[in-house]
Amino acid sequence: MSVGVHDRVAARWGAQALEVADSHGTLAILVEPARLAEVARSLKDEFGFNLLLDVTAVDWPERTPRFDVVYHFYSTRDFVRVRLKARVPVDAPVVDSLVPLYNSARFAERECHEMYGIEFRGNADLRPILLYEGFVGHPLRKDYPKHREQPLVPYRK
Amino acid sequence: MSAGPQSSRSPGALEYLTTKKDEFVGWARKFSLFPYPFVTACCAMEFMAVSSSPYDTDRFGAALPRFSPRQSDLLMVVGTVTHKQAPVLRRVYEQMCEPKWVIAFGACATSGGFYQNYAALAGIDKIIPVDLYIPGCPPRPEMVIDGIMKLQDRIARDRHPILTENF
Amino acid sequence: MSARPPLPNPIRAAFTGGEHEGTTVVNIGPSHPATHGTVQIVAELSGERILRADVHCGYLHRGFEKECESHTWHNLIPYVDRLNYCSALINDFAYCEAVERLMGIEITPRCRYLRTLLAEYSRLADHLTCTAAMLMELGAMTAFLYLVMLRDYIYEHLAAVTGARVTYSFGRVGGLANDLPDGWLRRLEEILREYDVFVGRVHGLVDRNRIFIDRLRDVGVLGAEEAINWGITGPVLRSTGVPRDLRKDTPYLAYGELDFEVPVGIKGDNYDRYYVRMREMDESVHMIRQLVDLLPPGPVSVDDRRCTLPDKRLVYTEIESLINHFKLIIDGPQVPAGEVYTAHEGANGELGFYIVSTGGGVPYKVHVRAPSFVHVGAIHRMLEGYQLADLVPTFGSVNMIGGECDR
Repeated sequence: MSVGVHDRVAARWGAQALEVADSHGTLAILVEPARLAEVARSLKDEFGFNLLLDVTAVDWPERTPRFDVVYHFYSTRDFVRVRLKARVPVDAPVVDSLVPLYNSARFAERECHEMYGIEFRGNADLRPILLYEGFVGHPLRKDYPKHREQPLVPYRK
Repeated sequence: MSAGPQSSRSPGALEYLTTKKDEFVGWARKFSLFPYPFVTACCAMEFMAVSSSPYDTDRFGAALPRFSPRQSDLLMVVGTVTHKQAPVLRRVYEQMCEPKWVIAFGACATSGGFYQNYAALAGIDKIIPVDLYIPGCPPRPEMVIDGIMKLQDRIARDRHPILTENF
Repeated sequence: MSARPPLPNPIRAAFTGGEHEGTTVVNIGPSHPATHGTVQIVAELSGERILRADVHCGYLHRGFEKECESHTWHNLIPYVDRLNYCSALINDFAYCEAVERLMGIEITPRCRYLRTLLAEYSRLADHLTCTAAMLMELGAMTAFLYLVMLRDYIYEHLAAVTGARVTYSFGRVGGLANDLPDGWLRRLEEILREYDVFVGRVHGLVDRNRIFIDRLRDVGVLGAEEAINWGITGPVLRSTGVPRDLRKDTPYLAYGELDFEVPVGIKGDNYDRYYVRMREMDESVHMIRQLVDLLPPGPVSVDDRRCTLPDKRLVYTEIESLINHFKLIIDGPQVPAGEVYTAHEGANGELGFYIVSTGGGVPYKVHVRAPSFVHVGAIHRMLEGYQLADLVPTFGSVNMIGGECDR
């Protein structure tokens, strides 16, 4: 059953995607950012991937485009997973938000935004969630030094 | 207690009374600590363990947590304090009334533990004064009890002026 | 007092004034016993009813992912432990399995069964903690003391094998740190008998108690379709009636060989979440008893020099073992380039590790798909429309673990 679903997804989107491969049991699809919402909607409506597990990003500073925005989907009917990736450059890190499709995207996109600076077009609420108001910078980018603290309360002594 | 010699003739008498008063107040304060468990992370598991039956803090009088800083006198900072949480901790500390003591419970509260990065405060003594540090990640309940007993010894030996300088 | 600059506000609430007549906006937390000290809820109240709730987490964000990029694969195991610190071994094993998949390592049979046993044992500790905390917040101090007493036996027992009570750092890439000591399995059976006694008492105190039924039934209801849309997995999803469990659907470790049921609720309210956890504890105990019989002899770590530290006697006598040990400690196990997403059924739901490696002993990126974080995103749906006092059991039954939510 699981092989069937992966094959059908690859058959449906293989031609329009940039890369389709198997990654240790998960089907990994790389698409252009403009196609992201369309592929996600198709995964949800046609193939039954009803659970958006996670939204995250990977920073490759020596490469253009710099960021990989990574989505993981799960189907509670067929028990298979799909990874969707889109590459965005650092000067225009914009992708479409998946909030209209999945409410679990709300918090995940907020975190991805504050950690990497990815803009999610369509998500009206991109307030910092794990970081605080007044934090400058995007800590998970490779050029943010780990030890740079931005204390809110002045230190004693 | 019989009335001692007049203090104008023998200044030791007043000091005898004040040390006895300090011992009495110290004894009362050390056995009626009202902790404010400022609980954040994994050390909470050991805090729950030390508060419950096997390792009871009730024996030391420190069982009843008061979840309002106005009503408590022992601030136990249990777990990592991050920069986001720091204003909250500072406000809670400022809202407590004198006398108050602070226990840094666990490695993260003491020094930041092994989270030395942009997010974690490297030790709560950067923002509030600490009376006792209990190391451990998380500390065993016996260590916590040892720490509370040390704090009690300190409270017992401390001076307890009725009119403090803030009066 | 001299004038001090005011303390900064770390959050920006979604609303500061009420949008209806006669409502009050109240701030709950983050230093609050009911919110487990790390979540802040800004609620608009009409009398006692919550109309809108804006939930803020992140007060325990300790920079786990940033730390991951500067430590070797093995040095991360203590960090991984402290994600869901109530059931720390499950995090260890999920992470180790992700790295093992990237390296192409297959663990020994004994390790497989032992990891399953310890994972179920940890799940037992987590559910005990969650139930105990929720009942204590409702006022059932006796139930809390019973369950924490039992959890203490479990902690001491795990300390006998791992060396620590709460955060163990026991998993290793390719196996475990050490094997079980003598007499461990005997003590395990004693503890499981104590479990039956203590949990039987708690059932008797709580299950048909009018007060608990009134406070938990039909409170914090979440529908099944909505739950899946909000990304909810684990006991919270199962309480809505959806029988999804990674241990049954896509078996990993030794779950395929075990006989267990997946308990499911009917309405998705607090009572169902409480009862699903109690039944899951029973199933965990049943699984542990089966695993004790199935446990095969043999080595507990795979004999692969890429990840397993050599025997100490060889390290002190042979130069190859010395260099191997040195390289593993200083450089870390060399993991080939690639990426993997591995998910285990954590105590709260799907615990996923997304690992990116560019070769070498230090990860390029480690991302945790934390079930608690996703659940906090949906908590406002379970709070809106109910009373302020219902916030306490609802929040307790969702089992938000700060370390996992904020990472």
